[in-house]
This record gives sequence, C-alpha cells and structure tokens, in this order.
Amino acid sequence: MSDSQDTTLPLDAWHKARGARMVSFAGYSMPIQYEGIIAEHRWTRESAGLFDVSHMGQLIVAGFEAEKGLESVLPADLALLKEGRLRYSLLLNDEGGIVDDLMATRRGEHFYVVVNGATKQGDIAYLQERLPRGVVLDHMKEQALLALQGPKAVEALFRLAPGVEQLGFMTGGAFTLDGSTVWISRSGYTGEDGFEISVPAARATAVAELLAAQPEVKPIGLGARDSLRLEAGLPLYGHDLDSDTTPIEADLGFAVSKRRRAEGGFAGWPRILREIEEGPVRRRVGLTVEGRQPVREGAVVIDEDGDEVGKVTSGGFSAMLEAPIAMAYVPAASAEPGSEIRLVQRDKIFQAKVAPMPFVAHRYHRKGAA
Amino acid sequence: MTVYYTEEHEWIRVEGDEATVGITDFAQGQLGDIVFVELPDAGRQVTKGGEAAVVESVKAASDVYAPVDGEIVEPNPALADDPSLVNSDPEGEGWFFRLRLADSSQLDGLMDSDAYKAFADSQ
Repeated sequence: MSDSQDTTLPLDAWHKARGARMVSFAGYSMPIQYEGIIAEHRWTRESAGLFDVSHMGQLIVAGFEAEKGLESVLPADLALLKEGRLRYSLLLNDEGGIVDDLMATRRGEHFYVVVNGATKQGDIAYLQERLPRGVVLDHMKEQALLALQGPKAVEALFRLAPGVEQLGFMTGGAFTLDGSTVWISRSGYTGEDGFEISVPAARATAVAELLAAQPEVKPIGLGARDSLRLEAGLPLYGHDLDSDTTPIEADLGFAVSKRRRAEGGFAGWPRILREIEEGPVRRRVGLTVEGRQPVREGAVVIDEDGDEVGKVTSGGFSAMLEAPIAMAYVPAASAEPGSEIRLVQRDKIFQAKVAPMPFVAHRYHRKGAA
Repeated sequence: MTVYYTEEHEWIRVEGDEATVGITDFAQGQLGDIVFVELPDAGRQVTKGGEAAVVESVKAASDVYAPVDGEIVEPNPALADDPSLVNSDPEGEGWFFRLRLADSSQLDGLMDSDAYKAFADSQ
C-alpha cells in the first residue's frame, strides 16, 4: 500500500488513471504493477515496456575540476569517456565499499549522472563533501525520467523522435520529442535494447501518454522492473550492493577501468587492488534453484556443517525460464558456475547451483555488432 | 453445502464433516501472479489460525492459515503443476486442501459471503 507520507511524482495521476497499484518505494508513491507482473515482464521481453523511473536522482556535475573530482570517488576512466557516452560506475567509500551504483554521461562541459532514488540524498551529501570546490553539483528535480525497454522500443521511439535509431548502446543525445527537448540514451535496466528519456516534469504526462499510445508499448510497474533486472543479472543497490561490499566482491570488476586500477587515486583503491590481485573472500553469483519455490532475499547459504557462509540478496521467479533464480554472495571457492549451493529459508533446505549471469541473454544494440 | 470466509481472506466450503479451503478472489488479486504453493501433507493436523500453507507470488511469500482445526485429507495435487490456478479460479480449481473438521462449532465465528464481501470492500 502506498503511504500518505510519500512524495508523489509527476506521473502519479497518470499511473492511477491507468489502473496501477501504487506502493511506497524509496519515499515515493510508485506503480508496482498494472495488469500483472508476469504479463508485464513478458511484454517487455517481446515488445516494449514504458517505465517511470522519475524517483531516480538526475545530477549535473559541472566545473573545470568535474572530471578529476568524479574520478576521486569513481573507479571509471572518465578521460576515455567520449562526448555523449555513458559509463556504468560505482560511488565508493574509503574502504572500497559501494555507496551507490550509477550511470555517468559526458555531456558537453559537464557530466550527467543518474543515481538510485533511495540513495540520492546520501549520494548528494557525499559528493558535496568529496568533490573539490571548483565543482558544482546540481540536482535536477524538475526532470522526470522514463525508460522504454524491449525489442520493439526502437520502432516505437523512432516514430516520435527520428534519429534515436542511430544511437548505439550506452550512447545518448538531445532529441525533440512531442515538441520538447529531451535527453535520450540507449541504455536501461532490463537486459533488452531500449532507451532512457529525461524529460521536463511539466511535459512528462504528455510524453508518457504519447509513448504509451504506440501499439508496441504498455506501461510497466516496478515489480516487473525488478524481475527483469534479476533475469538480466543486474544488481540492485541496497539489496545486492551496499557500503560493505566492494566492486570485486560484487563481480563488477569491469567497472574498475584499467588505468584506474593501475594508478589508483580513487576512494578504496588499496582494498580493491588487493582483491583484484588476491581474489575476494566472497563473490556475487547467480543461482538456479531446484524445484519451483522461489528463495528470497535473506535466505542463508550454508556449508556442509550447516553453518552460514553467505546469503541470498535477490531472489524470485524467472518468468522466461519458469524457474526460481537468485543472486547470492557465496565463498569464492564455491563461486564457479556449476558449484552446488545449499540454502535455508524458513527452516527448509533448498538445493541450488551457481549459474552464469545473465540468466536471460542481453540483447543490447551494440554498434558495429550488426 | 455452506461457504464461510475468514478475515485472512480464506474460504472454507463445508460438506458434512469435511471442508475444502482456499483463498478468495480478493486475496489472489492482492497477491498477484502466484508461482508456487506449499501445501500440507495428508494426515497433518492443523489448528485454527496456525500456518497451513505458503503461497508464493512473484513478489513475496505469504502464509495461509487454517480457518479451523482439523486433519488434512488431501492437498490439491493440481497446484504443484499449475499454481496459477489460484489466480484464474481461486474459489474453484485453485483450492488448497481438504480437511476433516475437528470442531464444527468453530465455523460459527466465520463470515458468510455477504459479510465477507462487505469486509473485503472495506480493505
């Protein structure tokens, strides 16, 4: 149920008019589902789903020291990041723990950074504390954020904003959509091809209405967003990632760029370098679970003696595989695909196997890869 | 044959000294897509208000409580293969289990369909 204390987002009335069930999420009233999570999940994999992710924090990091400042808290090689390109990165603390995960885009003289809704206030405070004086941080509260995801997203969006079909995965640009200037990137959180659209809040309803009027498109709630990202093997901050977990433990070593791991100069570098060289003690893995019963976040990984050696951080039922899947932290020795894992949930033992992620293949539109 | 309802959104259809138990259409709608149901084995004794089954939707696991005391006669075998019957036909093919009533006077405190409808509408 949604809480009367919750902040409403620009599309609140639009969701309700479309029959969404609203829930409290990160202090916002958000749509959890419209017609049903499994139907919405499958629709997104087959056609195109429209997600309202306006709770996420859209930040501008500007000023002559912006690149250097961001590199002090992110392990990304921003010097290599070209105009209009996105990079997945991690905001780190001095112990190498993950403060948040984010997308950073070089956009002219500034960086456009999208952070999680539940963590944005903490991120802003942390960035203000850590960024040098010459860096200006702006939280764009007047922008809504929509995601259009699925194999037919490009057909639907091309009709309304010609030129978007030219974008490759993890690139973005300014486009005109329904008479407004919007920022569109080819990116998302479902494993499918698709786009994220930053639109002025005052125009959000008109744009959502126009997108949802396309025959390929249906609105999709947070429930399917979560089940889609789990199938895609993408971690969710606050569940699969937290401030006690390093990028190496989280199997996000790809986000630590080559130059940065050699040179350092970012928060948490010593521990991260050590874990790259020596290997982490535990690692995030995907699990397929025997039977049909899902294991959920909080289920415990046990060893042969029944002692706790890890935990499930996300779990659910894969609509595409029609089987329970999960993400868990397991001892490094048990992290190879095929390793047998035992879990306990509500006094019941479950057998699982480490599975390669993603569980369902990504279908990103990578330029050059036909 | 009489059908009673609980405030936990279960229905119980009584035929002689046996009864069939399931969750209501309102409950399945609240839970959303059901992907697994854990049912009690035949012969198990259940007590009124005690855990009898677990229903897993895409989102979460929820306990289903026994509406009355009794002994499980049969869990619904169809739910193992097709738990979505609880969504599509909650008060028919999507039944959870049959039990033998231990104390039929416990039925007196339950709601009839009109009372339940008013109760569900107020939720």
